[in-house]
Amino acid sequence: MNIVKGIIVPGIPHPLLCPEKNEGWSQLRAGFEAARAEIEASGAERLLIYSTMWPSVIGHQIQADPEPEWVHVDEMFHYLGSIPYRFRIDADFGQAFKEAAQARGLQARTVAYHGFPIDTGSVVALKLLNPDNRIPASIVSSNVYADRAETTVLGKAARDAIDASGVKTAVVVVMTLSNRLFTDFIEPSEDHIHSPKDEEWNQKLLEFLGGGRLEDVAQLSRTIQDQIRVQKVVNFKPMWWMSAVMGQHNRYDGHVHAYAPLFGTGGAVISLTPSVDSAGDKEYDEEDVDVYKGDRSVLGGALPSAQSVVTAFESKEPAAPSTPAPSAPADGAMVNTDTAPAPVGAYPHARREGDLLFLSGVGPRQPGTNAIPGGAIRDDAGQPNDYDIAAQTEAVIENVRRILHAAGSSLDDVIDITAFLVDMDRDFTGYNAVYAKHFTSVGATRTTLAISALPTPIAVEFKVVARAPVA
Amino acid sequence: MAGSIVAGVLAPHPPHLVYADNPPQNEPSAECGWETLRWGYERLRKDLEKLDFDTLIVLSPHWQTYVGTHFLGVPQFKSLSVDPVFPNLFRYHYELDVDVELANAICAAGQEAGLVTRMMENPDFRVDYGTIVSCHLTRPEWDKPIVGISSCRSTSYYSVEVMQEQARALAAATRSAIEASGRRVVLLASNSLSHRHFTTESAVPEDMSKEHIMHHGQYLWDMRAIELLRHGKTKQFIDEMPEFTSQAISETDAGALSWMLYSLGLPTYDAELYGYGTVIGTGNAVMGWFPEST
Repeated sequence: MNIVKGIIVPGIPHPLLCPEKNEGWSQLRAGFEAARAEIEASGAERLLIYSTMWPSVIGHQIQADPEPEWVHVDEMFHYLGSIPYRFRIDADFGQAFKEAAQARGLQARTVAYHGFPIDTGSVVALKLLNPDNRIPASIVSSNVYADRAETTVLGKAARDAIDASGVKTAVVVVMTLSNRLFTDFIEPSEDHIHSPKDEEWNQKLLEFLGGGRLEDVAQLSRTIQDQIRVQKVVNFKPMWWMSAVMGQHNRYDGHVHAYAPLFGTGGAVISLTPSVDSAGDKEYDEEDVDVYKGDRSVLGGALPSAQSVVTAFESKEPAAPSTPAPSAPADGAMVNTDTAPAPVGAYPHARREGDLLFLSGVGPRQPGTNAIPGGAIRDDAGQPNDYDIAAQTEAVIENVRRILHAAGSSLDDVIDITAFLVDMDRDFTGYNAVYAKHFTSVGATRTTLAISALPTPIAVEFKVVARAPVA
Repeated sequence: MAGSIVAGVLAPHPPHLVYADNPPQNEPSAECGWETLRWGYERLRKDLEKLDFDTLIVLSPHWQTYVGTHFLGVPQFKSLSVDPVFPNLFRYHYELDVDVELANAICAAGQEAGLVTRMMENPDFRVDYGTIVSCHLTRPEWDKPIVGISSCRSTSYYSVEVMQEQARALAAATRSAIEASGRRVVLLASNSLSHRHFTTESAVPEDMSKEHIMHHGQYLWDMRAIELLRHGKTKQFIDEMPEFTSQAISETDAGALSWMLYSLGLPTYDAELYGYGTVIGTGNAVMGWFPEST
């Protein structure tokens, strides 16, 4: 499991610049310190920051200057003092993240310019969570126009890049809970949450996040924006991103390290640690999305079809102007596709017989790279790894979908599945939850078997029979 | 002799215009681009040359303050401005003087009028790119001191109407401070009209075959706004601004244009339209008001 920690911190600079002036600011400073210690103990070797204080317009920007250096001054709290910084940025990861975002249909670019204005929130987070620059960091912007689908896909792209790198990563989101600042200057001793309503909602969020219910909070994002967020440049979308990076579930151990007013807003330092047995299933159920298919081609010419975007994602090549839907295979025809992992033996991905498609066993390996989302079950020396069965199962289903798509069929056409698990006791619950997400409405029959091993270091494989398209 | 406002300018700040101008201060360079706006600025500059003025006062949407209105309060700034949205186009080495005395006077007058105001006196502060772009395009010689005013985001916290009331109070403070100072000043409202961007960028940013308004509705609103302003109907424009701001996602939400028009006393004389053009989908007009010519 490569994502070892999720951290939520406020970006307003008071805990960095003047914690001693207010007890709450001091508590937040201590909260930062506790989160820093958690990151240290987690063994994280990279920090990935999503800051609501870095807006972007042209897609998503990722910092890639290896050693940005400046003396930063906040545009509003300039009177609190200057913040000299010199950070250590993981430029290679920035590039990989950009490519992963593009592969999922997003507009993304890296920025590596001397003097690029790193936002106050990212500066505060890095100064307090990584004061000695021991851990290389990456920072991604928050696009002002991005909706839930786009932000979710950006999170999944981050996860793709993290998994491909195999580096333990702590994910950091810079945001406040309620965000209404006072509109006049206050004495530090006068600071309080702006309104009782803001306080009430902040307490709800603390209860949810303290209980590890990240995906539930993500699915409440629009309501939270309506209730306690002033319409600013960037709206409340960081929980969409964070949940997508961390797996879109509620299985975390949440810990609220500190909560206090920050010039009227709700400042909180919260950590989320992946767990197998905490809050459990999602309370809400918004539609999931894997590839961004929204309107981005607005500079002229025809929009790419959804099909061409999918093709671009699968092939990691630029979208073709239009790609016809795959034709139905003839009776008896074999189906092979570059969009699924290469077979490990002399067999096709699928074969049509009559009105049915028979798929060979499908695992979670990624086409082209053979990377295993969620990690391999054992390392090269044969030692067991702490892999993520949910991520592996998601990847299996995505590969099934790709093969069916290549044959002109879809997940909705699946009739029967035989699932193989190498560790039934450990993995059935996680596998079963992901399965339910995709197949509850399909109504396919299913058999789940425990087996001793699979040919590659994976934990799950599906054998699928589906309806063939009309020839 | 009492000071006066000798011109008000709607001076939008797309960094693309500086990029396409290729001044020595900017690191990236272009072959061409956005000529209708750049030539418009050129004609504006010729008209401003005919005026005798001391100071430029600019209100920029890209110095965003949620707590009050802030004023640059350091005599000189010298640094590098990198646009956080278009860093590929704008990395500008600036060196500018501030009319701190006048800034202090406006700040104090605003406070007396009940506004929340504050001087920005941190020498490490980086001047926002909106201020720099509007000032460069209006006066690339940088031989006049400026007063830099932040955009108090009262539209975000309350409404366009509240923003306008605050802009009116700030305008009264600006006007009284100018009169007391004896300065002859040019006001710059640094904002676009419609303000919905493309979220993609051409491989060649100055490829004008890709440049157009984001959608026709924005264009209709821009034309309506320009027609009102061209024909001295500034009060009607102010009245319609809440709907314009909402429908055209206009950068008028920042208060710059309201502040300038109120400072000019809501002119009933015609504005000079120097140019209109789109920049990455947003609508931009360069316009001038000249009280002494009416």
